[in-house]
Amino acid sequence: MALLETETLRKSFGGLLAVDGVSFKVEVGQITSLIGPNGAGKTTLFNLVTGLLPPDRGTVRFKDQSVTGWKPHQIARAGMSRTFQNPSLFGRMNVLENVMVGRHCCSDSGFWGCALRLPSQKREEQRIRAASLEELDFVGLAYLASFPASALTFGQRRMVELARALATEPEMLLLDEPASGLNTSEKRELGDLIIRVRKRGVTILLVEHDMSMVMGLSDSVVVLHNGAKIAEGTPVEIQNDEKVVRVYLGGEVENVAAG
Amino acid sequence: MKRLSTGIWADKGGIRSSVEDEGGTIAGRLRGLVPVIGFAMAVPLLHLVLRVAGTEYCLTQLTMAAYYAIVVTGLGLLMGYAGQVSLGHGAFFALGGYTTAVLTTHDFSKWKAATGWLQEAHIMVARQDLYGNQLVTVTPWAAFFAAMAVAMIAGCLIGYPALRLRGHYLAMATLGFGLIVAKLLVGSNLTGAADGLNGVPEWILMPGLVVSGKVPVRVQNYYLACGLLLVVLVLLRNTVQSRVGRALKSIHDGEKAANSMGINTAAYKLKVFLLSAALAAAAGVFFTHYTAGIGPSEAGALKSLRYVALAAAGGMSNLWGVAIVSLALNYFSLRGWFGTYDNAVFGALLILIISLAPAGPLQPAAAWLRRRGWWRNAQSSHHGTP
Ligand SMILES: Nc1ncnc2c1ncn2[C@@H]1O[C@H](COP(=O)(O)OP(=O)(O)OP(=O)(O)O)[C@@H](O)[C@H]1O
Ligand SMILES: [Mg+2]
Repeated sequence: MALLETETLRKSFGGLLAVDGVSFKVEVGQITSLIGPNGAGKTTLFNLVTGLLPPDRGTVRFKDQSVTGWKPHQIARAGMSRTFQNPSLFGRMNVLENVMVGRHCCSDSGFWGCALRLPSQKREEQRIRAASLEELDFVGLAYLASFPASALTFGQRRMVELARALATEPEMLLLDEPASGLNTSEKRELGDLIIRVRKRGVTILLVEHDMSMVMGLSDSVVVLHNGAKIAEGTPVEIQNDEKVVRVYLGGEVENVAAG
Repeated sequence: MKRLSTGIWADKGGIRSSVEDEGGTIAGRLRGLVPVIGFAMAVPLLHLVLRVAGTEYCLTQLTMAAYYAIVVTGLGLLMGYAGQVSLGHGAFFALGGYTTAVLTTHDFSKWKAATGWLQEAHIMVARQDLYGNQLVTVTPWAAFFAAMAVAMIAGCLIGYPALRLRGHYLAMATLGFGLIVAKLLVGSNLTGAADGLNGVPEWILMPGLVVSGKVPVRVQNYYLACGLLLVVLVLLRNTVQSRVGRALKSIHDGEKAANSMGINTAAYKLKVFLLSAALAAAAGVFFTHYTAGIGPSEAGALKSLRYVALAAAGGMSNLWGVAIVSLALNYFSLRGWFGTYDNAVFGALLILIISLAPAGPLQPAAAWLRRRGWWRNAQSSHHGTP
């Protein structure tokens, strides 16, 4: 069953067609990777799916309902969470508070409850704290809980961002180049972590340039080039796909097609 | 502790315990009480000092400064937590004050058909004004609710369109709003044109507690105003140290990421703007009863700018700092310390803060004290936690 399904999604910035009629599916419980050269439109596609950008045309279906035109916070509440290509932690909070923001989806105290510290709010706050510490522990960074987020290394930021995304209890997680900027051992840890996330029943859509990671982890791979989908299949199929090989091993597709 | 080799962070045990402190242990709760108790003790102490010095009349300016501090504290919440600037808080203050002033001084006896019923419902009351004329006016309590309703409607009309967009549209919209309100107040006879309104009656909050500037209740009103300020501070502190506070801070730090975490940032921005406008309007209502009148300068852009300067000087997200700085500087201003340079002082303050200490002067001062080992603040690592 497809958890996420896009149909002829299209987005242009001025004259530049960043996403050009992309249709693809993400099967429930799988790890699907989205690859393509720089500027292929991967991040833009993420932004369309998560509601940060409205598509010019096309539809996004999540859990068998259309979420086209939904606001990002509505899509997040529906069970889709994400990380960003540039880790975007909240700089004035400590690490634990950053993860606690992720629990916003799963809690509902309002202004009055919080201002008056009603008993229900206090209990909820304790649950938020405990669950967030658990997520931090899951990514192995519980000992950093009271650090200011701005004091972390790049790799640690990525992990905290992942914990924050997991704190929303997503059914689907979108990771935008989680391995970029990580060293070899951190990359290995990240790979293990992604597998553990999948074991929790979370469906994953991964954008990544590290091919060994993509080929090692993915159940299926979608290849974007100049905003358009040029191939889709299992890692083995993709590795043997002529077009993909051409795109990645020099020589533009257009040139080849024209010549 | 993989890659953070700096020695200060190396103590795992310390980190763990400080996380748990905030979770509501006795030590954490006591630390939260320190400013509350400090404030609650400073208020009677100040009264005592003024009494011994034989200058108890200064309580009047302190009372007024406390009402202004409520405005500035609310603005600090908006600016320091949601990252939005309002250049129209003077107008909200005036909207609250003027609505009350008009309703409680205007003679409604011409509306014979309605006033009888309204008097029975305690919404209107027959009374005499200062000159012994017989009037039918709205009761202060009813006027208070009407004033809040007017301010909230105005807040929605400005805030809703301006806050759906990312960026500083609210600053522009509120600036325009302030200019319009000031112009309308000066241009209308109902609001006393350039003279403003006076003769606003006292407000009996409950038997024995009255908002009035009369000398016999001066002490009572000082404690009332400071008490209200303390209540506002505690409620806002609770708010910012909660799920809602984190949502507000996240808007300030990264609206897209906040959105993607399921936070309806547009709704939060509107709510916190309305809360902050409501505090300004409520302060305006109390202030107007206390001084028995209100003038159009309260709505002016200079007043609004002064509130922004004070919120910045207090460190915006540091609500206690904002309240204290605002209380002190408004008091000096009301005592006439700055003479003809009154507005210039606040302008200069704003320039100095922005160029020298954008996080507020208390932050560097605290850092300096900590460096010298004179003051230990266990929450030093969290910028923005009051
Ligand atoms: N907000 C924007 N305004 C204008 N152009 C944009 C915007 N966002 C992306 N683009 C352009 O759209 C194209 C696709 O960008 P996108 O960031 O989606 O690529 P990507 O596949 O994520 O690349 P990378 O691997 O470098 O992250 C690029 O040419 C980029 O310059
Ligand atoms: Mg990208």
